[in-house]
Amino acid sequence: MIDLARRDAVAERPSSRAFDIRSLTGWLIPAFLLALVIAGWELWVWIDDTPAWFLPAPSAVAEEAVSSRALLWEHTWTTLQEVLLGYAIALVVGIGTALLIAFSRIAERTVYPIIVASQAIPIIALAPILLIWFGFGMTPKIIVVVLLCYFPIAVNMADGLRAADSDALNLLRSMGASRWQIMRIVRIPSSLPYLVSGARIAAAVSVIGAIVGEWVGASSGLGYLMTRAASQFLTARLFAAVAISAVIGIALFAIVALIGRALVPWAKEGPGKRD
Amino acid sequence: MELLSVSHLSVSFDEIAAIRNVSLSVRQGEFVALLGPSGCGKSTLLNAVAGLVEPDSGEIRLQGEVVRELRGRVAYMPQRDALLPWRTVLENATLSAEVSGRDKTEARERARELLPRFGLEGFGDSYPGALSGGMRQRAAFLRTVLSDREVMLLDEPFGALDALTRRSMQEWLLDLWNDLGRTILMVTHDVEEALLLADAVAVMTARPGTIKHREAVDLPRPRSADMIAAPAFIEQKTNLLTVLREELGEMGGRL
Repeated sequence: MIDLARRDAVAERPSSRAFDIRSLTGWLIPAFLLALVIAGWELWVWIDDTPAWFLPAPSAVAEEAVSSRALLWEHTWTTLQEVLLGYAIALVVGIGTALLIAFSRIAERTVYPIIVASQAIPIIALAPILLIWFGFGMTPKIIVVVLLCYFPIAVNMADGLRAADSDALNLLRSMGASRWQIMRIVRIPSSLPYLVSGARIAAAVSVIGAIVGEWVGASSGLGYLMTRAASQFLTARLFAAVAISAVIGIALFAIVALIGRALVPWAKEGPGKRD
Repeated sequence: MELLSVSHLSVSFDEIAAIRNVSLSVRQGEFVALLGPSGCGKSTLLNAVAGLVEPDSGEIRLQGEVVRELRGRVAYMPQRDALLPWRTVLENATLSAEVSGRDKTEARERARELLPRFGLEGFGDSYPGALSGGMRQRAAFLRTVLSDREVMLLDEPFGALDALTRRSMQEWLLDLWNDLGRTILMVTHDVEEALLLADAVAVMTARPGTIKHREAVDLPRPRSADMIAAPAFIEQKTNLLTVLREELGEMGGRL
């Protein structure tokens, strides 16, 4: 039921300015907490005199990051390439699969259940097999990233294409719209919020795929650097590599979230917000 | 002249009859209200005329000619406004022109000219999320009118509105219909709404729905909302409610 006070008036919304301030304070508090944890860590290492091979102080990690920046950058670049390439391929193939499922009833009955069921497979477990098939290069890592990212993108978008408002679909049908027109005008736009949430999940898991792929066997990459640093007890370097991989993951997630918000301005809080 | 005529139409879903042997005709420029208890198949009848459900038997004629493919031949307005949230009011309103490949800019211009008449002046480039319930419903009406089809099918167009908005929207529709002279078949379960707006009221029985009774509305035109207090109005309303109550009785009092 529509609220009487809103009758024939523009629905009230908080001004964008107020929203900005709130989102800023929303960031400030967790950032402050993080700073507090890092400071506490620094202090603890200093008081306890923890050996650096066991737990290096944050300052030591930062020092290591600066002094071996060339090495770190080289390995970061490898991992970044694997993540971005894998993510891009998963995006294209995932969207393609979702459209195929939406267009073809046969694909919906055959491909879709397989995709949903295969989400339960621990993709990471395939990494050693891919190593045997594709060797130590970037290819097996990219494949792991693709596989990890593909499922949430394909499944979310396919669900979104199916979840289009039935009244809107009937309206278009009553106008004599073709299947393609219905797809373009109703189904694809209403699937975008779902696609965005799938793409966000994929962004979060993409770095995991690359790192684990590198652990299994590689000659370059942050995961490779981590295993090598760990075996040599270069713990500060290990921490630096971990921090960089975290930054990659967070940055990718944030970029995808930002693009998503620009892409679907009508869906403020993702799928299910409408109504 | 009979513009729309439905004869012996039956529709069933999964072998359960929704409407059975329905015959109904609407003259050119006539406003017919389809009245009945919830779940009696009123919407099914409307959907069949819109070409959205396949009838088991019977036929639908437009201007005397049997029509097999009704999609694109009549203007249909679903129960909820079905505005696409990613399209502006104007983009929503000109959907039909876009689908049928008519000139988009011309349609937009026409829609823009009509905005004040639909209480949407200055909101042409707004998104539906920024509109009130009444405004959304008028935008949906604009879209229906701009389909440029002789017959408009309205499925409980005021069902989702609060009582005050609903009354002012009914008066607005009265005026609009006067100006447009379109033929309207409207589903409603509100007796007052049916009497206030329509030339004739057809009452549907409980599922499987069939037309039980049809009567002309005695009120003179032009009409206004104060007529609901007129003795003739109250008398007709009481009679219709009695007819409906018998129907509800047969359904075991289920509403």
